[in-house]
Amino acid sequence: MNILVVGLSHKTASVEIRERLAFNGQKLEDGVIGLKGVPDVKEVALLSTCNRVEIYSAVHNVSSTAEKIKDFLAEFHQVSRSDFENSLYVHSEVDAIRHVFRVSSSLDSMVVGEPQILGQLKDAFDFALTKKTTGVLLNKLLKKAISTAKRVRTETRIAENAVSISFAAVELAKKIFTELSGKSFMLLGAGDMAELAARHLVNYGVTDVKVANRTYERGCDLAKQFNGKAIAFDTFLKELVFTDIIICSTGSPTYVLLKEQMQKVMKERRQRPVFIIDISVPRNIDPEINKLDNVYLYDIDDLQEIVDTNILGRKQEAEKAERVIEEEVKTFLQWMSSLDSVPTIVALREKAEEIKREEFQKFKDKFPDMDEAKLKAAEYLASAIINKLIHPPTVALRTDSEDKDELIAMIKKLYGINGYEQ
Amino acid sequence: MGTILFELALTAYFAATILCIIEMFRGGKGPSRLVLAITGAGFFIHTLNIVYRYATAGHLPITSMHEASSFFAWCIVLIFFFLEYRYKIGIMSSFILPIVFVLMLSSSMLPREIHPLSPVLQSYWLGIHTSIAFLGNAAFAVAFGIGLMYLVQEHHLKTKRFGGLFQRLPSLQVLDEINYRLITIGFPLLTFAIITGALWAQSTWGSYWRWDPKEVWSLITWFIYALVLHIRMTVGWRGKRAAILSIIGFVLVLFTFFGVNIFLKSLHSFS
Repeated sequence: MNILVVGLSHKTASVEIRERLAFNGQKLEDGVIGLKGVPDVKEVALLSTCNRVEIYSAVHNVSSTAEKIKDFLAEFHQVSRSDFENSLYVHSEVDAIRHVFRVSSSLDSMVVGEPQILGQLKDAFDFALTKKTTGVLLNKLLKKAISTAKRVRTETRIAENAVSISFAAVELAKKIFTELSGKSFMLLGAGDMAELAARHLVNYGVTDVKVANRTYERGCDLAKQFNGKAIAFDTFLKELVFTDIIICSTGSPTYVLLKEQMQKVMKERRQRPVFIIDISVPRNIDPEINKLDNVYLYDIDDLQEIVDTNILGRKQEAEKAERVIEEEVKTFLQWMSSLDSVPTIVALREKAEEIKREEFQKFKDKFPDMDEAKLKAAEYLASAIINKLIHPPTVALRTDSEDKDELIAMIKKLYGINGYEQ
Repeated sequence: MGTILFELALTAYFAATILCIIEMFRGGKGPSRLVLAITGAGFFIHTLNIVYRYATAGHLPITSMHEASSFFAWCIVLIFFFLEYRYKIGIMSSFILPIVFVLMLSSSMLPREIHPLSPVLQSYWLGIHTSIAFLGNAAFAVAFGIGLMYLVQEHHLKTKRFGGLFQRLPSLQVLDEINYRLITIGFPLLTFAIITGALWAQSTWGSYWRWDPKEVWSLITWFIYALVLHIRMTVGWRGKRAAILSIIGFVLVLFTFFGVNIFLKSLHSFS
């Protein structure tokens, strides 16, 4: 069996595509169960966040099943395949394992090191467990992904990065407003990093939180978390007049806020200063806005630069994290290969030994007067025969080959060995 | 005696200015207590000097350029300590103390002798009119320093360069607030100074307003600060624009104070 990852993320897909292919609410359950029904998909788990949609599966035939999964996505979301096919990535084998580990460790995140993705992966895993769509392979993979993420977090300082970015945002806000308490705040769009930064600001006493999201329901969920209120996305411009701090992460491919619009807003709010953080990639807010008086616009690169000047060797930390991941990928691959052949070899040998023991016992019962030396000779003969018999299948199992899965299945069938235990 | 006190105060302000400028460039956490202590000592001696001259002359020592500059500097230090006590912005000393020092230095280069008071000035208005005018001017001087601080900090935040003074300068909001408060203090004082001046002129010269250059330039200054306050309240000009206006305003104050006496013929030439 093979591990197959089909997915899209903020790096490959625009927010429109991400939102159309997202599995929210009931769709998540229907999606997992539907995917389990795709032919050749033996195990499946589904991760759907603001920034990515990923399908993890265990399959026999990687390329043909990947196509079937794409068809399923098109049909399930009522989107034509050509609309999203270019945004998809497909990984299998080592690449798939590495990808899952990099995602869980937040190396693939918009803001490297943001911690929420791990929780989201855990949730996706738990959900698959309750729906019983995963099996030995994915269970092991996802558990390993979680433990790898924890290892990366304890052994490197990568997690500090996201926290530092939020912290940098707070520090900047304090250089503009002195105190954050009593300042009004708007979260424009939703994204993992935006949520993290928002939480930070709320912790520092920002009150009057508004959430404007394209999907109103999601906006409501977020607003609840921050004790704020959700507003319709197209009304955000009016609300800007009453907003001191804005975090934007709508992921739109074009600007959602233009200089002329902001100019009007500033006039209406009588030039009271505004601090805008644009986390989106590509940027959602016209950079020209920073040229307006009393408007301070920072994008994710600006914040990253502040963090970089503070934390030396962030690159080294990322490299360290990649090394940890390579180690874990290696051990997982070893486990996977052992999963395939070793238990079968062991089971085969046990089966043969069992037959030998039984038959030898019968033989001894039949000839109770047989002397010790002859018994030994007979036992040696029996051992020699079973060894000779199981030698070729053992060798076949030990050598790597394309159709190893089928071989294992066949040997199990032929020799009457059940299941595949670890 | 008065000379020694003055020289001591000047030396103290000089030392404090040099120290806080060094600290500013060395990136220390500034302002060391040392700067505040030296400035405090200088202020104390300076006060003694003014009291001594008061006692000697029998009126507020503000009738020569030497005395006026010195008194101007004294008022600035007074406001500086008040702000430092209220807001604790260490780096502020690097922007305010140089102004104090320059005023004291120019004062030190002017003739110091105490002249007998000319009959025109023998009035109870002298103390009221001048002390109010100089307190107002001092508020504008400090607003100028704060405005500079605002522009520096604004520049850091706009260009996203966070070296230099970024960490040590306070938030824009605080600077803007202080700037605003200083102008709301300075403006009524200036208004009051102009009114008392007019009343005094009426009682000695027989007319309220004579279009004397000092009067004209004071009025221009008054208009600038009136504009700052008016636009702030109506359109909401604050921050950078308010800071720039307060800098322009102080340049006018300086011209009214020095420039008029040097370049223009004024009835106020005694001061």
